[in-house]
Amino acid sequence: MNLHLFPIPDYFSRVCLTGIFGCATINITVAELYKREKQAMTQATKTKAPTFTKLVSKEGSTEYPLKAIHICEETFAPLEVAYDYDAIRAQVSRESIQAGPNSIWRYKAFLPVESENPIDVGTGMTPLVKSHRLARRLGLKNLYIKNDAVNMPTLSFKDRVVSVALTRARELGFSTVSCASTGNLANSTAAIAAHAGLDCCVFIPADLEAGKVLGTLIYNPTVMAVKGNYDQVNRLCCEVGNSYGWGFVNINLRPYYSEGSKTLGFEVAEQLGWKLPDRIVAPLASGSLYTKIYKGFQEFIKVGLVEDKQVRFNGAQAEGCSPIVQAFQEGRDFVSPVKPNTIAKSIAIGNPADGIYALDIARKTGGHIESVNDAEIVEGIKLLAETEGIFTETAGGTTIAVLKKQVEAGIIDPEETTVVYITGNGLKTQEAVQGYIGEPLTIEPKLDSFEHALERSRTLERLEWQQTLV
Amino acid sequence: MAVKVLIPTPLQKFTNNQATIECNGSNVDELIDALDVNCPGIKSRICDETGKPRRFLNLYVNSEDIRFLEGTDTSLQDGDEVSIVPAVAGG
Repeated sequence: MNLHLFPIPDYFSRVCLTGIFGCATINITVAELYKREKQAMTQATKTKAPTFTKLVSKEGSTEYPLKAIHICEETFAPLEVAYDYDAIRAQVSRESIQAGPNSIWRYKAFLPVESENPIDVGTGMTPLVKSHRLARRLGLKNLYIKNDAVNMPTLSFKDRVVSVALTRARELGFSTVSCASTGNLANSTAAIAAHAGLDCCVFIPADLEAGKVLGTLIYNPTVMAVKGNYDQVNRLCCEVGNSYGWGFVNINLRPYYSEGSKTLGFEVAEQLGWKLPDRIVAPLASGSLYTKIYKGFQEFIKVGLVEDKQVRFNGAQAEGCSPIVQAFQEGRDFVSPVKPNTIAKSIAIGNPADGIYALDIARKTGGHIESVNDAEIVEGIKLLAETEGIFTETAGGTTIAVLKKQVEAGIIDPEETTVVYITGNGLKTQEAVQGYIGEPLTIEPKLDSFEHALERSRTLERLEWQQTLV
Repeated sequence: MAVKVLIPTPLQKFTNNQATIECNGSNVDELIDALDVNCPGIKSRICDETGKPRRFLNLYVNSEDIRFLEGTDTSLQDGDEVSIVPAVAGG
């Protein structure tokens, strides 16, 4: 362990508290406090051994130590965290999880961190909403919406993966964290790095939505807006990562980072009363979230927290960036990269690293992967807002539009328990719906002006109204 | 003709820890063969048994993925930059 584990501001605040509450301890130095905490942490780590054991290549099973590495040196395949499931089984029960924190850290035994005090910014445990109005509109009887549009602190599922990645980054001694991002990941990395007192430098494509850029800058990281698409940003970051020794959450910390998405599976199982759904529908960008929800369900089965059951995995992409859909439809087991051209920028990854694994899961679970065009995505955003009061971003619009398309095609049985994953918040991508929603009716501060306007709004078509002066 | 090749960390053990290598080749296939002469063993890491680049590796010529060009037949000019980049997750 080293100094990076203990951000300085925490120490100052603790010294101040000690000073307020007890004269006897007021003379304790910062160094002494540091030493005590270090001892306490070492003991705590000893009492509850970490459950993650090594990194394993997804092709060929070569094993690696638990360092900041993400690819197999022989095949370049991604590395995956392996666990001791007997140790997990011995540590957790439904009761112990329910008694845990109201955040992703209630599932800590399933996550690749050793700290007794992981970075907990209240991430996770977002609502699983039983849908009535959207379900009725689509003709489904058991539809649930996992609403990560209200995940904390930055309103997307990325807070889950970043909480895990930055906790692990601290454990591995990084003082600067970074990422290549389509927006949501940058928001989350910058916010949680600010909370943890880590330096932060993020890379985004230069053409991102204004809300996503502002939602990163406010936390005062260094932001590099790269003139290129996401895949080019990622390529640059790999080259930067080679020489700067930073913790890139989605590159050298990726094996740890991506495990955070399993909590989307864990929470749904717990919130359904320790049961798995019949089917899920989730957006596909790199394919990581989709494969980790699957891993989450499998792990709960493995340690006996839920009964074994086949969950069908449906996936959603935007037509303007649908390399996984194309491979699925053509029966290919490889994914050919494409150049993204869609309003769904948060999922516009033309070269999806986990695409082949997503294809495999869709096929073996009897799931289905589908795409929708930009107009359908906007309709999807509006449909969810108007029927459920949930304002999602373009990725969520894609997922809802694909859900609708698959129901209409008879792929989803109305009786099935279906969970649709909403992964981001609509306030970040307002550009996507501008021009497709109504406008306020501007009136004088007089009752008759209001009544006149109300009358007209009820009798006139919206388009006619917009051309009429009150 | 000299082409600049950017080498990712896992392959730098073949290049004396150099992140960039100057090399010759009129197309990507030839470049990989030439690399293997300078840095013996590197080709068997870049390519699989069929002699084509592994599926988790992306090769770019001047920032363009060779799969959008002519694959390993993509021709190279003096001063071109070729980067070898492992696929990464994103979002």
